[in-house]
Amino acid sequence: MDTTKQQKVAKETKEVKVTSEKKPVLSMLPNDDVRQIMWRFQDRYDLQMVVQSTRSVARGIVARLVAEGARNTHEWNDKKQQFLTALDEAGVTAVFMDPEEGGFMAGPKNLALALVAYELSWVDAGAATCSLAGNLALAPIHEKGTPEQKMTYMKNCVPPQPGEKRKVWRGAFALTEPLPYVGVDTGVVSGKMRIAEWKEGKEPILQVDKRGRFITNMGFANFVTAVVDSDDEKIKGSCMVILEDGDPGIFDKGSPTLKLVHQLSSTHDPVLSLKVPANRIIGGYTIKDGVIIPNYNHSEVIEAVFRRTRVTVALMSSSKLLSAIEPVIRYQRQRFRGGTAGQPGSPRYDLGLQMKEDSLHRLIDVWATGEASASLGFAAARLFDFYDSIERAKDKSFSEQGIKGPRAQMKALKQPQAEALEYLELSKKPDKGKDKARFEKLGNDTLVQFLINDSLANVLCPACKLWNTGYGATMMREAVSLMGGYGITEDCPGFLGQKWMDIQLEATYEGPEAVQRRQLSLTMTNEIFLAQFRQWIHQMREIANEKPGTGACTLASAMELWLWSLEHLQNAKDADGKSVFQSQRQGALFPFTDALCWLLASRYQILDTLELEKKGPENPVLAEALPGFVQFFTDLCHVQAARTAGEVAKICAELVYGYNRHPSWDGARECCFQGDEVDSLEGIMPGMAESGRGKSDVIEKDGSHPKKAGPCVHFHGMETFIKLRAKLDGCLSGCRLAKDRAAEALTEVMIPEALDYPV
Amino acid sequence: MTTGYHIVVCGTLVPDPLQTLEPVQSPAGPALKNEAMLPSVLDPWAGHALYEAAHLAKSNQGSKVWLVSLGPKAKLQQLMMTIAQKAPFELVVVDGSASGFTDSYEIAKALAGAIEKIQGLDRSRLLLFGGCASASRDASVIMQMIGERLGIHDQFLGVDELKAETDGSLKIAERVEGGKYQMSVCAGPPAVLAWATGNLPEPPNNPQIGMANMRNMMPAIQKAQPAGLAASTIQYAGVEVPKQQRQTRIVKDIPAEEIAKDILNWLKG
Repeated sequence: MDTTKQQKVAKETKEVKVTSEKKPVLSMLPNDDVRQIMWRFQDRYDLQMVVQSTRSVARGIVARLVAEGARNTHEWNDKKQQFLTALDEAGVTAVFMDPEEGGFMAGPKNLALALVAYELSWVDAGAATCSLAGNLALAPIHEKGTPEQKMTYMKNCVPPQPGEKRKVWRGAFALTEPLPYVGVDTGVVSGKMRIAEWKEGKEPILQVDKRGRFITNMGFANFVTAVVDSDDEKIKGSCMVILEDGDPGIFDKGSPTLKLVHQLSSTHDPVLSLKVPANRIIGGYTIKDGVIIPNYNHSEVIEAVFRRTRVTVALMSSSKLLSAIEPVIRYQRQRFRGGTAGQPGSPRYDLGLQMKEDSLHRLIDVWATGEASASLGFAAARLFDFYDSIERAKDKSFSEQGIKGPRAQMKALKQPQAEALEYLELSKKPDKGKDKARFEKLGNDTLVQFLINDSLANVLCPACKLWNTGYGATMMREAVSLMGGYGITEDCPGFLGQKWMDIQLEATYEGPEAVQRRQLSLTMTNEIFLAQFRQWIHQMREIANEKPGTGACTLASAMELWLWSLEHLQNAKDADGKSVFQSQRQGALFPFTDALCWLLASRYQILDTLELEKKGPENPVLAEALPGFVQFFTDLCHVQAARTAGEVAKICAELVYGYNRHPSWDGARECCFQGDEVDSLEGIMPGMAESGRGKSDVIEKDGSHPKKAGPCVHFHGMETFIKLRAKLDGCLSGCRLAKDRAAEALTEVMIPEALDYPV
Repeated sequence: MTTGYHIVVCGTLVPDPLQTLEPVQSPAGPALKNEAMLPSVLDPWAGHALYEAAHLAKSNQGSKVWLVSLGPKAKLQQLMMTIAQKAPFELVVVDGSASGFTDSYEIAKALAGAIEKIQGLDRSRLLLFGGCASASRDASVIMQMIGERLGIHDQFLGVDELKAETDGSLKIAERVEGGKYQMSVCAGPPAVLAWATGNLPEPPNNPQIGMANMRNMMPAIQKAQPAGLAASTIQYAGVEVPKQQRQTRIVKDIPAEEIAKDILNWLKG
């Protein structure tokens, strides 16, 4: 045998060996050890305890309430009150508070609250909403309140310790008003305040009138943080104000909202007309020329609040998807048991519906989406924990310099923008060629670091809220459908039908999808964000080099396509000469923001899987099962990256080409060959007359042409796009093999005997 | 009693009973499939003992509770995220297998050795608590053997109630046949009490207690000593889960009376 032949045989043998290699198997569903590593709290026992506490309430009292039909009434009642008490007793209510306020956790709590929301939503999102809405009421005070306000309200909202005799305070956050006012457009407020009494040297008394709509926790709240606008020339602008049920006037909880979802939470349309001292204005006020000027207008307060609380809402939807896996697998396997067709030991008995590829593949899609959305959500929560301290340092620095108000701050942040970009540029360079002193200086610069993290937070927050809840709702429907008719019954294991309904509300509250898309359309073009995005493309390529099965290469190609499309569309004009990317052109901007969300979710999913692979070996509990987990999660990443690539390619192609007018036959003579031209070439190139007509658009002497809409489109200037898109298509190689592998793992994975909460 | 009790509770983890518990043969003998990964709970009987201990300590000033656990330390750490929130106690970890296939004699020896090493333990005030049975190794002999090794001869099994009398004596209710109790009065510590279910509910989680406990527990888990269990001389001819008892049925809205009838019919076969 010659050398070449030997090499060929050896290569073939090697290839055969590789493809037949047995992959590690997924032994069990992922447990706490796995999740703690993936979501980065394996070293935080305070968070691990919060998870256990919340889980005990969720899978205990909350599950029992749902199973007993407590959702079947809109009224707040003693039965529902039980789980609030349980949350108090388990310490979940106090998670939001700092130790000096009676809580038990110091520092930022975004990840902690995200985990609470995740655990409660595993069973019922209404319960999660109830818990989170209490925090939402406190959040304006926490973010912008005066020290006195913080101490009063945070402390009173901590449940009494054993032996302590006092009533726990519960709050509601009142922004939304009866239509047509506050909702999507939070700039318009109909709630009003005016000065009721202002005695010399005394605290001014305000008359506050606010009607709320869909206000969570209102059925039992004894204070409300309400958005109001000035109705008095002696008060400037808007603010948030604290109203208590003991204040003089009307504190009417109003009628309960007739929700079809989240019925374990209390929602009312309150009517509030109260007299309160001006020191209830959140963040305080100053008096200038006899006018009360709130230190923070309502937009400043709610921006600080929502940018954090939206992340927890996003994770409520992720939790639902992941909670569906176990009940669906059990249903699929047991589908034919008890019948006469399949005896124990037969594939029909053991695997049930899992004999069918479709059942498995669809469940893999649900699981992959759940993983990606959880990864994105928890990444956002962690970012906010990190960002909190930077933001506070920035605020402190500005306060010391006397820089106040959004405009002055924006001006002050202009100059460090170049430095932030410089820092990102330096971070790409290897140590050898890097100006280390400069890099270190910029790394320690509060404003530079603020800008970098702020740009990221401004993207991740709306992205996870938009994608997790919006696309999550679509996939939740898929999960329900996998349970057959059982899926839409009240006693479906895992309450999947209820979760499907509930997820629609998550896509709506704290800003519906349009609000998130609008925000993303502004923040995704921030140069500091885009500089990081470009780095991520390199990062994905590097990961792909090390771990080719993750789909990272596919994702990198999709990111390149998105970036090229963005740069193209930012300068593109439509067929009528109008700019494609302008703020009112939501038909172009919004789908593009959706594409970005897909990319982000897939990226964080890959990073979480790599984290598991890296840190897993440190946990002896995982040692044996780790390779199976890593393999399975890697396959899920690949599946999700491929799905992402498809979505991104579809959206980009539609936008890049869609605003060009399709050529028509009118006036096509200039761009098409003429029949006699082609015929005249026949003498020089035999066959030209026929092949020319076959391959090009030819207009005959009599004006006739091929029967189609118009001459084919020419792609001048689109060569790069075409190249990137073709490359992306090729990058999909192997994704279906990964899906097959993951699907097979579903048939072998061990699941518990029964769900750990009642149905 | 002015100085309080020193209560040592012996207890460890068992696999969550809702999990699929499938016996397999491992190189080290019988084991459960995916045993390392199975979520765990505190052995229910040991749990009752711990909650009774916590209650007793709370109502007797100067008392202190230790939980001595023999189990894989990584899994014990996970378990403590729940248990540490229930009551204040100090954890003593002996790193070893918590599988149901270890020799009770060896376990008792390791636990007694760990108890002897507890700093500041006043043996004259010692109440040794544990479960009268276990969800994983139900030989029901470990507590007695630990007691003997520590020289404690006042031993009570199947305890459901303990009352500390004003004269320092202990009034103890032990389960006997036919749903009846044997009431005993013991002069005082030291004593061994192997608990049945007790009569106190599981305390709710209290993260403040958890945070305080964990500050000491994490180092205790890190420095856990290996149990040093000798290779078992026990030969297992076969291991299997009682099939009938593993048939999980999920039912709703059935009155207690109906459930009782159902169980009775099942017992009758």
